[in-house]
Amino acid sequence: MKAIIYIVCTFLSIFFFWELAVRLANPPPYILPTPYSVLVAFKENSLLIYEHSIVTIVEVLIGLTIGIILGMITALTLEIFVTARLILRPLLIFSQSIPVFAIAPLLTLWLGYGILSKVVMAILIIYFPVTSAFHDGLSQTPKRYLDLAKTMRGTNRRNLLYLKIPHSIPSLCSGIKLASVYAPIGAVIGEWVGSSQGLGYLMILANGRVKTDLMFASLFTLGILSITLFGLISYLLQISLSKYLKG
Amino acid sequence: MMSSTSPSIELIGSVRSESEVLFGDIRLAVRANQWTCLLGASGIGKSTILRLIAGLPTHVKLDGSIKSNDHLPISNRVSYMAQNDLLIPWATVSANVSLGNKLRGEKFSPEKKLKIIEKVGLMDHKKKYPFQLSGGQRQRAALARTLMENTPIVLLDEPFGSLDSNTREEMIDLTFESLKGKTVLFVTHDPHEAARLCESIYILGRQKTTSNRSLKPPFPKTYSDKLVFDLQYSLLEKIKSNRS
Repeated sequence: MKAIIYIVCTFLSIFFFWELAVRLANPPPYILPTPYSVLVAFKENSLLIYEHSIVTIVEVLIGLTIGIILGMITALTLEIFVTARLILRPLLIFSQSIPVFAIAPLLTLWLGYGILSKVVMAILIIYFPVTSAFHDGLSQTPKRYLDLAKTMRGTNRRNLLYLKIPHSIPSLCSGIKLASVYAPIGAVIGEWVGSSQGLGYLMILANGRVKTDLMFASLFTLGILSITLFGLISYLLQISLSKYLKG
Repeated sequence: MMSSTSPSIELIGSVRSESEVLFGDIRLAVRANQWTCLLGASGIGKSTILRLIAGLPTHVKLDGSIKSNDHLPISNRVSYMAQNDLLIPWATVSANVSLGNKLRGEKFSPEKKLKIIEKVGLMDHKKKYPFQLSGGQRQRAALARTLMENTPIVLLDEPFGSLDSNTREEMIDLTFESLKGKTVLFVTHDPHEAARLCESIYILGRQKTTSNRSLKPPFPKTYSDKLVFDLQYSLLEKIKSNRS
């Protein structure tokens, strides 16, 4: 509760100083609108923002789901098969040295202007954090547990199921939380590069028409959506996996 | 689950790592139906011996042999209890007790499990997680898991080391009583525990492992037994001279 009050106060004071700065310096509204005019733009364009938000949300949710599943499958593969670890890991790390921004135009070229190229962008941007976090958790299962399992004559498959996977759940959760922050970035980059829908598109559109207030309104919407997504996912993970996250 | 007759185990040979000799000449006879103690200063490599017997990976090589008197493999009928209770933090006491069954994918009788949990006095705590338990309760849960495994050979790696003295007394009695009839190899640096509990006592030394005099049965001896204190003192002297 205290935390919420602090956050609200922080934002209120940011808006206050912003408003103050604009009134004192008096820049043209297309350079920096006042918070109030952003609010007005938000209200006037609420339907437009809503429609484009839905597109972005759908892209993010699909990308997030597929990306997390793929990341988990890759991490398990890396853990189970030594050969896969030797081949895939360097490849994965190499793939991370290419900025996702740089492949965005290619994806649009290959996958078109629709939702698919954005979903793939979101997947690409979250795939590695999820894989890496989950695999770290799996491979860092304390040796003392595995030794115990060995004296108990546990099979590899059951050791994975009952020791390694439960042990890696906190790391996997960190990976998923990171992913929930990154996925919207991926989707919006995809929309910037080429699309006719989504908050990223709306920002580019507003920017081109010098509707800076609308651009800010879209930006804030995106921010609020991202924070909500992060909060929701953190909450869901916390309540569904609480026994693995404490102690 | 397994044949209830406990085997005796013999370990003969020398143990060396890549850079040094850990135990030059070691000759252990771990007899059935009693407690055998491996006594040695901290850090001498007592746990390594247990790991060798349990068939766990070590950084050392044994030149010699580990044999049982019934010539059956040893490592698949061993259970292991350590100072660190090794309870799985995300599982309840009850789930921890049957961890072995779960890892082997075998069915077990819930009544038997409850009986064991009752025996170690954790009935009121069986749904709790390890972090909700005291040190003594955690060690009881580890004992319950060992009893659930019901293997003929039990390796104890300083299981009482981290307990306060009252809890330790209770735990020693409970453990000794409930592991009756098994081949128990007990590693400790505490000569008092060795004197009270063990019918055979070995003192580990770099060059040579020596078999030491022990007390006559019945065991366990009481805390204040005069004979225990006498033996404890002579053991302590030998450990010290072995270290230097």
